[in-house]
Amino acid sequence: MSYHEAPTIAATDVPRLEQDDDRPTLRFVTCGSVDDGKSTLVGRLLYDSKTLLDDQLDALASESKTSGTTGGDLDFALLVDGLQAEREQGITIDVAYRFFATKLRRFIVADTPGHAQYTRNMATGASNADLAVVLVDARKGVITQTRRHSHILSLLGIRHVVLAVNKMDLIGFDGDRFAAITAEYLTMAGQLGISQVQCIPVVAPDGDNVVAASARMPWYAGPTVTAYLESVDVAGDVSQRPFRLPVQWVNRPHAEFRGFCGRIASGTIATGESIAVQPSGRRTKVARILTPGGERDRAVAGDSVTLTLADEIDVSRGDVLTAGPTPLISDQLAAHLVWFDDEAMVAGRRYLLKCGTASTGAVITTLKHCVAIDTMALESAATLDANQIGYVHFSLDRPLVFEAYRDDRDMGSFILVDPISHRTAAAGMIDLSLRAATNIHWQHLAVDKSVRSRLKQQRPCVLWFTGLSGAGKSTIADLVDRRLAELGRHAALLDGDNLRHGINRDLGFSSAERMENVRRVAEIAALFVDAGMVALVALISPFRSERELARQRVEAGEFIEIHVATPLAECERRDPKGLYRKARAGELKGFTGIDDPYEAPQAPEITIDTSELSTEAACERIIRYLREHDYL
Amino acid sequence: MTAQIDSAIEAPVRGASDQPAARHSVTSHLQRLEAESIHILRETVAEFRKPVMLYSIGKDSSVLLHLAMKAFHPGKPPFPLLHVDTTWKFREMIAFRDQRARELGLDLIVHTNDDGLNQGIDPFTHGSARYTDVMKTQALRQALDLHGFDAAIGGARRDEEKSRAKERVFSHRSAAHRWDPKNQRPELWSLYNTMLAPGESMRVFPLSNWTELDVWDYILLEDIPIVPLYLAAPRPVVERDGALIMVDDQRMPLLAGEEPRWRSVRFRTLGCYPLSGATISTAATLPEIVREMMASRTSERQGRMIDRDSPASMERKKAEGYF
Repeated sequence: MSYHEAPTIAATDVPRLEQDDDRPTLRFVTCGSVDDGKSTLVGRLLYDSKTLLDDQLDALASESKTSGTTGGDLDFALLVDGLQAEREQGITIDVAYRFFATKLRRFIVADTPGHAQYTRNMATGASNADLAVVLVDARKGVITQTRRHSHILSLLGIRHVVLAVNKMDLIGFDGDRFAAITAEYLTMAGQLGISQVQCIPVVAPDGDNVVAASARMPWYAGPTVTAYLESVDVAGDVSQRPFRLPVQWVNRPHAEFRGFCGRIASGTIATGESIAVQPSGRRTKVARILTPGGERDRAVAGDSVTLTLADEIDVSRGDVLTAGPTPLISDQLAAHLVWFDDEAMVAGRRYLLKCGTASTGAVITTLKHCVAIDTMALESAATLDANQIGYVHFSLDRPLVFEAYRDDRDMGSFILVDPISHRTAAAGMIDLSLRAATNIHWQHLAVDKSVRSRLKQQRPCVLWFTGLSGAGKSTIADLVDRRLAELGRHAALLDGDNLRHGINRDLGFSSAERMENVRRVAEIAALFVDAGMVALVALISPFRSERELARQRVEAGEFIEIHVATPLAECERRDPKGLYRKARAGELKGFTGIDDPYEAPQAPEITIDTSELSTEAACERIIRYLREHDYL
Repeated sequence: MTAQIDSAIEAPVRGASDQPAARHSVTSHLQRLEAESIHILRETVAEFRKPVMLYSIGKDSSVLLHLAMKAFHPGKPPFPLLHVDTTWKFREMIAFRDQRARELGLDLIVHTNDDGLNQGIDPFTHGSARYTDVMKTQALRQALDLHGFDAAIGGARRDEEKSRAKERVFSHRSAAHRWDPKNQRPELWSLYNTMLAPGESMRVFPLSNWTELDVWDYILLEDIPIVPLYLAAPRPVVERDGALIMVDDQRMPLLAGEEPRWRSVRFRTLGCYPLSGATISTAATLPEIVREMMASRTSERQGRMIDRDSPASMERKKAEGYF
């Protein structure tokens, strides 16, 4: 038969997944070191569960001959190693998701790579798992990578582990050796807080103790891998927790409808119930609940819903609708981090933190410790490299609504994104809020910016002068300050050098300290704007991302970036403070323009080159800009 | 011949009954998949400037569209549908596409690679690999660039194929639309890194965790309209290279000895008619299809001629920008 005919069947022949079929789904992850046999075990599970179809089996047989590592026998790893580079090298690079089912359960298995360099992909697969199958090679026992993966499993909150001691045939089915490996692993699991461990001796390629009990290991009386996966109880009921709904999107199809969409992270909600919008703390009631199945009067954790509220209050993406106890709300928190990026973690550098549906700028203020994987000792460290695990303190640009990860995975997990490369730099699990009072709300001030601005009869803004050292930033800013005073406007000049004598005198010139310097100046400038004033900032501020964050600190239209674009050669010729000479002589390290980069603004509001323009002319150009754009 | 073929055009199929969509009791398994997919669709709309939904008219697209209608109810999906038309789709697919877009009042963009059309690229004379590259992959890239879409939502599932099993839900593409399978962004929990540099884009797969059986169960329980080609009916087919190819119009050159025969067939996947192999079947209703699926010993991609080139052909096509 050259094409496939569908089998002729009677309606009763086949076990139908009818409407009442509700076999639960268990999501599990396989992990362990390279060559411990993870992909082979998964392939074997697929094979034995009869999930594989004829054409897939045909393909497996022919591929086993051409690119298999088993001398022509079926190479089960080829079923999951789906990338060309994986098959060429006989290794797993990225996580593969496979699906199979038995009479009792459905399974989604994430088969993850063993190489330390692909730890981020292992964590990807483990983050959504209920249970982990950790493989060890019976000849090697518990090794560093076993420890690293188990540590990550424990941080990710996985409490159920199957320790599959593989390749038992290669140690002559030695029960004593199995017991020794088991004992060592259980000790470590206990320290890591992994409460449920089932140890099973297997031979993955042959299927011993995978689906069928092995006749070659009569001394083992426990369950097979499949039997255990079918019966283990991993249920954790988040519907019993307080109601939390991170708002994803506001649905406003027409003037009469304003709904708030999101997936319920925990708890239940019913129409008429009272809720709070966090972090503002404003209260209202739930009017309607729209679900994929139609309008309902109740919804539970896991449901994607659209709620309408009784009152017209301000709610947007990133807010969280809550009931019951107030969640943690803070701009200071402590968290476990698994670092992924090849570029090491830098304390003081700003990353984008994404938690639930909220995103905010975040600075790691302190690296409290880093974990030494082999000894599990907590060591002090200056940085985290790729695949290292640490504990850090964060300072956020704005208050975040969250829970501890151990209480609520959805509300306590986050990723860090590098704002320049856009790579996912780390995954984080929130441990606690660093503010004693966890329900500090923004104080709603009666006298706000618009009141102050009217009093002063001016429009507040930041004039941010950026450019190389010696470009003329302070000189021009000083003159603009005087001109504004003559015009009866209220302004304040924040000069980088002068601030280092006061509020920033604790900061040196490391890259982290220079970033903190810029951050503080941006905060102060924003406070002046809040007070209804014009803030003049003269600061080298060499990095685009930092200036962008300063811009975001105030409202649209309140930030005027002035690039004092005097060429490097001219700045160096002037060298008013003798710094270029020192930098060229190697006495000054990390000097902007010499051995540290300056990222010129891409679209500054104003550009001034003082080699072409006098200080007075530059000042007049700025005043003219302010007039033309209604600041004066 | 022509008259007979025309009679093969049928009305779109509704699910289990002709009654308007009364909701059956969807299992909690399907409810979880549904909730996850809706979450992904809403993230896409919230995080991207200009998303688009790739609509290929097949069963997965039907499910995706149904989920999008739910996700943004009572509004309409805030993105257009894009169909890359190779001009070789089954005629019933095109009729179904236009009817669905009209019924739902959605914005439908149809894009064809005119360069390829002018060069007369067709699946018979140029081979499936080159044809697919020009009329599907290149055409898709043209359409995405032309409209400046930064996120393209597609109906691919991880259970379809081995390289798909490796792909993220939010899958990054370079400015040249390339997928780098060896360097994918970590994707933990349901937190998606949606950051893009200028020119880069994202492919989004809300059905990643659905299986073929889930798709059919959901179509059945939710009464989702599908193209009638999925149901068995007498159709004119020829046997070629071990597959049954339906003679959908007169453009198909018949080889010596090939005589179209009317046989009761249906399709497990739909695409360009010269590249879609039919299955002999008498399953003419959705419940019968699902039963047949349960007993099937072959995968749905078995009927797809374009995946047969080599084990890594899908990965290569994906790296080049194929969906």
